[in-house]
Amino acid sequence: MELKDKLVSSFFAYEDGLDVQSPLHDICSDAIKKFDEKGFPTKKEEAWKYTSLNAILKQNYSLFPKAETGLEFKDVMRYFIHDIDSYKIAFVDGRYSSNLSATSHDGLDVCLMSSALSKPKYRAIIEKYFNKTANTEDSLTALNTAFLKEGAFINIPKGKIVDKPIQILHFSTGKEPAMMLQPRNLIVVGEHAQVQIIERHQSLTENPVLTNVVTEIFADKRSLVDYYKIQNDNPGASLIDNTYISQEKESHASVHTFSIGGHLTRNNLNFYHKDERVMSTLKGITIIGEKQHVDHHTLVNHACPNCESHQDYKGIYSDRSTGVFNGKIIVEKEAQKTNAFQQNNNILLDDKATINTKPQLEIFADDVKCSHGCTIGQLDEDAMFYLRSRGIPTKEAKALLMYAFANNVLESVKIPEVKARINKLIAKKLGVNLGFEL
Amino acid sequence: MLKINNLHAGVEGKEILKGINIEVNAGEVHAIMGPNGSGKSTLSSVIAGKEEFEVTDGNIVFAGEDLEELSAEERAHKGIFLSFQYPVEIPGVSVTNFMKTAINETRKAQGLEEMPASEMLKKIREKSELLEIDRKFLSRSLNEGFSGGEKKRNEIFQMAMLEPKLAILDETDSGLDIDALRIVSNGVNRLRSKDNAVVVITHYQRLLDYIVPDFVHVLLDGKIVKSGGAELAHELEEKGYDWIKQEKVSN
Repeated sequence: MELKDKLVSSFFAYEDGLDVQSPLHDICSDAIKKFDEKGFPTKKEEAWKYTSLNAILKQNYSLFPKAETGLEFKDVMRYFIHDIDSYKIAFVDGRYSSNLSATSHDGLDVCLMSSALSKPKYRAIIEKYFNKTANTEDSLTALNTAFLKEGAFINIPKGKIVDKPIQILHFSTGKEPAMMLQPRNLIVVGEHAQVQIIERHQSLTENPVLTNVVTEIFADKRSLVDYYKIQNDNPGASLIDNTYISQEKESHASVHTFSIGGHLTRNNLNFYHKDERVMSTLKGITIIGEKQHVDHHTLVNHACPNCESHQDYKGIYSDRSTGVFNGKIIVEKEAQKTNAFQQNNNILLDDKATINTKPQLEIFADDVKCSHGCTIGQLDEDAMFYLRSRGIPTKEAKALLMYAFANNVLESVKIPEVKARINKLIAKKLGVNLGFEL
Repeated sequence: MLKINNLHAGVEGKEILKGINIEVNAGEVHAIMGPNGSGKSTLSSVIAGKEEFEVTDGNIVFAGEDLEELSAEERAHKGIFLSFQYPVEIPGVSVTNFMKTAINETRKAQGLEEMPASEMLKKIREKSELLEIDRKFLSRSLNEGFSGGEKKRNEIFQMAMLEPKLAILDETDSGLDIDALRIVSNGVNRLRSKDNAVVVITHYQRLLDYIVPDFVHVLLDGKIVKSGGAELAHELEEKGYDWIKQEKVSN
């Protein structure tokens, strides 16, 4: 049976667990209808022209794990940023793992989507925010909504400056020969509140895993949200990340995406401006090889005046790896005095590596500053010789130049331990033992 | 220390060096002078191991070893240093980080442990003072936005850090004002010892007032056409290169 049919038919079994009277039931059944109508995206769609899901959809994924699997913290500690104190919400094969987590209801809510959906005290907030910014027309988002079960729920009340970062980790154990996971996260950040979040999906074996995650983030007035996505999964794991961020007046939101591992990764990162003087930052480093594929599709919807967006994506591709960058900026008629910047720079290390990069600007206002630039190049031979003539071997010299190339994306990472971890991951990926920082 | 025997080299089939013979011993300073296009920079690049140049005949022996099979980094590990005429700008790599990597990779190749951080910092402080380099400068990206003089000073700073056996200074005086020239040559002179050697490649005699050579060689059209002592540099400064060309023709 094709994966689509399997999903649609298993929805009916899943539906039995839902309260038919609840508004949630309507949302889920509308969503499965949407998915049934649209199906998985194909290369015929412009937005999926360079990313084919065909191969990964052929797996016979388990949709619900049969048994619960426990993990010891010491065995998976290395996937956390473990050298800092943090709140943690961890899932194992889609189920909440209390022994890996450190949640809180003390002055903020760092807890589970399932409890937010079921407990009356969260009803108002769920009604106000849940599935409100996610694109209900998008088939993969709809699919996630239909099977809505578990994920992280983070609610930061007005004025709260969260004292330590929050880590969201999704593990898959490989107990099933192939597994599909669909976590759903909701993050609501109140007025003047500040929070830093780190998200990671990690499979513990090479068994195929397909994760289709949806994250909705609401940044209220003058709030500050910094989000870090560490994508360094096993070669059997594929990730479709759908992130929707809605920003109110004078809020700042940033998302840094570090794509190093995994088989196929698609990032759909969408920012919506709801009021004036909003700032959005989208940055990414992609370093892949072999037959890896990473696709960044960004959207910044400038709908209000005096807002800014900054995008900076760096990609380094070796072997037969392929990359896609599609950066869409919409500046609506009302959005005068918009500043929108976009930069995508790529290095191809091998003849067979590919990058498709495309800026997509739709500007309907007349008093705006928009710039975009993309470059595709190789490593500078003169710079290589210069480094080598100082005794730095070829491999290390290459690594140093690649690191330097990607460095300004790392500069804006505000958590030193995250920066240090990314440095290490990059060094490991480049096969060198260099401390990039002094 | 360095013995160049009948060296023929070129790029893309075009011969630039047409049979060079030079011997440099420890403790000596040699100047190689010549007009533009005579092959000076090619010679320095070939010694440092730049792959785009092809050695077609002859060889270069350094510390008893033929360099032919050695990569640029291996040559550096053996103690060859080239101060570039045009140092490359490398955004994103700080001077300090670059130096630390260069020193530790060299030590690794020599079978030594990494230099302890405290020793590294001490050395950086000491050598930057020698070259009158501001501490802030060291955290900047390598050569990015540096003035001509800053780039050259930074080259000699790297030389001071790496302590090579053989330093080749390729047109180090170009782009230097008189103060920078004094600082740079003072740095080089302080690094001179009986165990190392310096080859100064220059178009003009000016630098040689500060770094006084033991031997001067004149390079013309890919060949050493005349060698002599420091006085030869002065003669060249006065008369230009034409008299040597004529002398060559009449011979």
